[in-house]
Amino acid sequence: MYRYDEFDASFVNQRTEQFKDQVRRRLAGELSEDEFKPLRLMNGLYLQLHAYMLRVAIPYGTLNGRQMRKLAHIARTYDKGYGHFTTRQNIQFNWPKLEDTPKILEELAEVEMHAIQTSGNCIRNVTADHFAGAAADEIADPRPYAEILRQWSSLHPEFSFLPRKFKIAITGAPNDRAAVQVHDIGLQLTRNEAGEIGFEVFVGGGLGRTPMIGRKVRDFLPEEDLLAYSEAILRVYNRYGRRDNKYKARIKILVHETGLEELKADIEAEFEKIRFGVLRLPDEEVRRIEAYFAPPPLEVRAETSAAVDARRESDAAFAQFVAHNLNPHRVPGYTSVTLSMKPIGGIPGDASDAQMDVIADLAEKFGHDEIRISHEQNVILPHVKLEDLPALFDELVAAEIAEGNAGLITDIIACPGMDFCALATARSIPVAQRISERFGTPERQAEIGELKIKISGCINACGHHHVGHIGILGLEKKGEEFYQITLGGSANENASIGKIAGRGFSSEKVVDAIETLVDTYLGLREAKEETFLEAYRRVGEEPFKEALYGVA
Amino acid sequence: MKVITANRLLNGDVVWLGAGKTWVERITLAEVFDGTDAVADALAVGAAAEKNQEVVGVYEMDVAVEDGVIVPVRLRERIRAAGPTTHPNLGKQAQAVSA
Repeated sequence: MYRYDEFDASFVNQRTEQFKDQVRRRLAGELSEDEFKPLRLMNGLYLQLHAYMLRVAIPYGTLNGRQMRKLAHIARTYDKGYGHFTTRQNIQFNWPKLEDTPKILEELAEVEMHAIQTSGNCIRNVTADHFAGAAADEIADPRPYAEILRQWSSLHPEFSFLPRKFKIAITGAPNDRAAVQVHDIGLQLTRNEAGEIGFEVFVGGGLGRTPMIGRKVRDFLPEEDLLAYSEAILRVYNRYGRRDNKYKARIKILVHETGLEELKADIEAEFEKIRFGVLRLPDEEVRRIEAYFAPPPLEVRAETSAAVDARRESDAAFAQFVAHNLNPHRVPGYTSVTLSMKPIGGIPGDASDAQMDVIADLAEKFGHDEIRISHEQNVILPHVKLEDLPALFDELVAAEIAEGNAGLITDIIACPGMDFCALATARSIPVAQRISERFGTPERQAEIGELKIKISGCINACGHHHVGHIGILGLEKKGEEFYQITLGGSANENASIGKIAGRGFSSEKVVDAIETLVDTYLGLREAKEETFLEAYRRVGEEPFKEALYGVA
Repeated sequence: MKVITANRLLNGDVVWLGAGKTWVERITLAEVFDGTDAVADALAVGAAAEKNQEVVGVYEMDVAVEDGVIVPVRLRERIRAAGPTTHPNLGKQAQAVSA
């Protein structure tokens, strides 16, 4: 994986020193809160409902055992013994003290980590497919490009005060697992007829209060033009994006209000001015960065394992795990394993310090010291030998991260909601917990099959509810929590925004409503292989609305 | 009826304005203010404490007094006063058990 060079190390250390001094000046009264707030936000430090919250960057969701162990140490030493993996592949600590944060950033810098680009109106950390560098369906590893974008965007002087935050996601596989079409810029790696690498480019996707699917602006952007073209998009956005209204400041609104063709012409005109300048990517530089992401040496092995087959026969929980939590690896005999951070009835994305230590150990023992965080709030060991699965599984069971539910109804994305977030209008996590309990038996989950439920506790949509097969949005109505359901959303390569089913449900009724939807699906699907989303797309919303609200 | 709340600057703890212009850790110890003038005066105390690097994010919130106990009107403030409902071992509710 990527290693800091001297520039990166001194850059991160400088930022830590600056922040240390900023905190000192704040505590001495030399900086007011109004002056300090943008500075702390540039270092990932928020003030939330109960306390400060520190969001630590895990660029493109990739880290190693040593880094994970440091996160465990921070949870244990400076927080309350846990961390929370987010929908942007980062980790949040919910209880740090302001006075401790410079020390925390120092400790992070020791393992090449930081909290830069996790907040503020800048280009945020680039996210990527969590199976990057391992997936069988991959055209190329997207992370070298994510890292190149990181180097370009970190502290980019022109783009440090954008109209609003700006999110870029990249996937290297045709099966989009990085939700690229709901990002400000979405990049899908592809090859042209000559076999050269390039990108399909989407602009103006996003969720929040105005959900939109990104519009394609390029079918094939050559590799060498990645930075110049990105810079052109950002320049157009920085110049024309609205600054008069925070809620209309994202690039999706600009795309919508300007019109795709005019905006594309603006981007292309800007691009023409700079494409042969300093931002043109030299091939040797791409290959140099790529070398950092060289896969571990994996020898081709048998495609099946007798040990796995035998264990599957004798252990239903293991069989369930193997059926759902493995992703095909490009090297025969290996697999990418999802460690579920969604225990039945548990809190989506939470990991205790002890669990983080176990994950670090297991990555070193079974996974060539590579770990990924998914935007679905799970942890992945991307390179595991098939025959190691039984031993790995035993250790996961002991650490309570062995639920075989990846992609199933209990693998729920939920934002922190009103239990933690100052912006939330309703709680998310308790709804996720109750759904998880309702559907948590292995047989029922497996029978239902793939079903992505995503829950947000306010209209800002951190829980991606618009792209849930079933989405749940928590609102406040007359002082009570109240949940609106959307149907038919998807964040993959066939992305769609879910449609509101009808009037919302009280906290007491919302889980019953979900069960009604699930039962309706089970009753009308053509076969077990037809997923909820496929069935919904085939029959439309009517049968589901009728089940929820009766005949109109 | 209102109370004034904020977070301590240094550690982020949720606090309320109590008697004698002190910041207290329990909402039950907060001072209740009634009427526009009383609330405005209390907010001015808060603003001074903010300027003094004692607290941040000062605001007023609605409360009711039930059986002599101060209870926030909004669920958000009830959660803020107790701690996350998902982690009963954390926040004020955890301290209350050991106190």
